Amino acid sequence: MVTHRANIYKEVGAAMDQVELRRLESKCSQENPPACTAGCPIHVDVRKLMLAIQNQDWKSAASILQQKQPFPGIISRICDHPCEDVCKRKDVGATVAISNLERFCLENHAPKIATVGAVPPKSQTVAVVGSGLRGLTTAYDLARKGYIVTLFEKSDRLGGNLWKHPEQQLPAQVIANELSVLNRPNVTIESNTVITRQDLSQLKERFDALYIGFAAQSEDALELLGENSTVDPISCTTPIAGVFAGGQLGNNSPINAVADGRRGAVSIDRYLQGASLTASRDREGAFESKLFVNVNKIPSLPAVPMSHESGGYTGEEAVREAGRCLNCQCLECVKACKYLESYGGYPKKYLREIYNNESIVMGTRHANKMINSCTQCGLCAEVCPNDLDMGQVCLASRESMVRRGKMPPSAHDFALRDMAFSNSEQFALTRHQPGFNSSKYVFFPGCQLSGSSPEHVEKVYAYLTEQLAGGVGLMLRCCGAPAHWGGNQGQFQTSFEEMVAEWESLGKPQLIVACSTCHSMFREKLPGVVSLWELIKDMDLPIQGAGANYGKVAVQDPCTTRYEQGIHEAVRHILLRLGCEIEELPYSKELTKCCGFGGLTAFANPGLAQQIVENRIKESTADYVAYCAMCRDRFAAHGKRTLHLLDLIFADDLQNAATRPDSGFSQRHEHRARLKRTLLHKFWQTPQERERGYRTIKIICNEEISKLMEERLILIEDVQQVIEHAEGTGSKFINPDNGNYLAYFRPARVTYWVEYQPQEDGFVVLNAYSHRMEIVEEVKP
Amino acid sequence: MNKTANLPPKPVWKCGKCGGELKHGTVKITYLGNDLRVEELKCLNCGLVLITEELALGKMFEVEQSLEDK
Ligand code: SF4
Ligand code: SF4
Ligand code: SF4
Ligand SMILES: [Zn+2]
Repeated sequence: MVTHRANIYKEVGAAMDQVELRRLESKCSQENPPACTAGCPIHVDVRKLMLAIQNQDWKSAASILQQKQPFPGIISRICDHPCEDVCKRKDVGATVAISNLERFCLENHAPKIATVGAVPPKSQTVAVVGSGLRGLTTAYDLARKGYIVTLFEKSDRLGGNLWKHPEQQLPAQVIANELSVLNRPNVTIESNTVITRQDLSQLKERFDALYIGFAAQSEDALELLGENSTVDPISCTTPIAGVFAGGQLGNNSPINAVADGRRGAVSIDRYLQGASLTASRDREGAFESKLFVNVNKIPSLPAVPMSHESGGYTGEEAVREAGRCLNCQCLECVKACKYLESYGGYPKKYLREIYNNESIVMGTRHANKMINSCTQCGLCAEVCPNDLDMGQVCLASRESMVRRGKMPPSAHDFALRDMAFSNSEQFALTRHQPGFNSSKYVFFPGCQLSGSSPEHVEKVYAYLTEQLAGGVGLMLRCCGAPAHWGGNQGQFQTSFEEMVAEWESLGKPQLIVACSTCHSMFREKLPGVVSLWELIKDMDLPIQGAGANYGKVAVQDPCTTRYEQGIHEAVRHILLRLGCEIEELPYSKELTKCCGFGGLTAFANPGLAQQIVENRIKESTADYVAYCAMCRDRFAAHGKRTLHLLDLIFADDLQNAATRPDSGFSQRHEHRARLKRTLLHKFWQTPQERERGYRTIKIICNEEISKLMEERLILIEDVQQVIEHAEGTGSKFINPDNGNYLAYFRPARVTYWVEYQPQEDGFVVLNAYSHRMEIVEEVKP
Repeated sequence: MNKTANLPPKPVWKCGKCGGELKHGTVKITYLGNDLRVEELKCLNCGLVLITEELALGKMFEVEQSLEDK
């Protein structure tokens, strides 16, 4: 678990570099092999094999085995299967019977013996002494690479210890068949040839390299190598240059003997190619996989028994047993996050795409939208075994895009303008409590609560001034989160400095924030900031009667409170005091999910934001209670009955409150502006100011048009400006059939078009759309 | 932007400024420092340009998006 979200690639101005990419990539375990494959000394792709068996695709099954096993018919019958010891199914039932399933494949669907592949022949020669599994594997691997191999065997047949297996387990015919792969032009078999220590130097003369196919320190090895019998277990080298030998002790594990022989072949190949014998060999032989697999919620399943113990699995049994394979993956974060799921991959892949996106100098940057679609909620880091925080990665990448002037303007423009509105004259306000000239506290309701429920802001402020002594000042503005989420550090900093200056002008009172996003923006930077919920949890609550005994509610913790235990507890404490029964959502508190507004996803990728909400509101049938206005409004907009915690304290009609629709962007602006006027009037007796200019133009739109404008991010004030301009200059089109007007205006970076009809004292809007391209055209007067 | 496909037979709109008919003519548009010349409806008298909803939300949007990703 991560409790502090460290800043990824800190250095200002730097984009993600190779080193950083590697560091981040190494945190994602998804591309590591499953435990079985890593635990198999020759790394059979067991996961893929199990799928092939389930699909009864015997051709694929055979080729998966052939890819790694030198003599599949032999190995499948005698392998001591260390893979099974580490199989993850072990903890939820019993280990998958991998070896028996391999045996089933080979016994019932044996592939044709692999024929000589077309490898370019090499001129170098290798002698292999001994034809047990070690020697056979080395000879086979080197022959496949094109070396000229001579295999020396003291008896009259190849196989060594293989012949000690009972006929019933490993029939002689199978051994003969399988070893026939060595019948190829570049392999010479010298049977009935005993090699002694004296012969070694002569063999060294004749061949470019030698492999002694005996277990390290075995009797045979000691006899041949004498004082030169110390073998390096990693590179299989002996003290004699060009002479290699088995590096592993003992002959009790057939599969380790194969792996040992393979290691020898790798070394000889490297030796003959002049490559390093020691570089990157940590993944040869069995190793422990870093792949994280969560088996917590997987139901246990017992092993499929064999109806005929000695005869092996029947086809039907094999398919069922293979079906117990967990198809091990990590994907913890992908399972938890709709965003990560929606791009069809996993963080390791995404990191590379983000890196590439940043490195492009010319051409299309394909990952822009992906980078701008993350909600920055931090859930991935919480569920990731290695705390990889894709939210921080995306944020850092956005910051770098903004710095380099590469941020697509359409992604965040609207949200940033909304923020500018909230920090303008229209909403921003800083005051001491009426009758006070200093403040012990200052209430900061935030722009979204003010936009969604201005009446609550009024009531909370009145309540706080009654409850708290020492003066409760008021600050209306935006905390700057949109700029932060959008990666616009400059704009965030400007807004933050302005905010701090205002706060200082009040004498640095304790900040009381109602919005957890504001809280998350300030908590590290301003001392003593407290959430409204922690502050009021034990104060007298002005319960309107309606709040008591509302019944069961499921709590939506905003993603910005992920590690704010104090807030989680305070909210639940208040709910209990209000007489509510609390239901915890499957994803709550430090596992909570974003509503889709965080990170400005709702602007950069509205379709995904919608999926995120839909997914979240499906988690429970209970009414939700949120303590962030955006969560509340987004759930309500998708038809989920959702209360704001303040509704339970201050609303008169909870049925209404639970179904109150989303406020919408235009209304939020209006609410904020009106809230400022109302508060000034009510608390500070300032005469109510009237709206001026285009804001007085009366706009009439039906529900359908309002919804369309909402989707297209067109505000009433945009429409008002278009009409003011059109009516003022006469620059408009007319449809002679119905008398409708069509006109455009470009207040800033967007051109708005409105089709309208004058009606009495106002204008009926019939259509509205916009584009960002600018028309460069001289309109002649 | 396509210059010929799907031209409506006759524009429904007339210039509200001078009452003139709208004709297809060359229009200069610009985005993120990229200038493009396209054939659009405009009033040949006073130069007022009409961008239809279909164009704004279709082809024009696509071009905007692809320029943003360049
Ligand atoms: S949780 Fe995600 S990022 Fe972490 S290791 Fe698993 S797949 Fe990779
Ligand atoms: S049975 Fe043997 S060869 Fe097959 S995966 Fe397990 S260890 Fe590897
Ligand atoms: S949306 Fe949240 S969980 Fe998903 S990648 Fe972004 S920060 Fe991680
Ligand atoms: Zn005209």
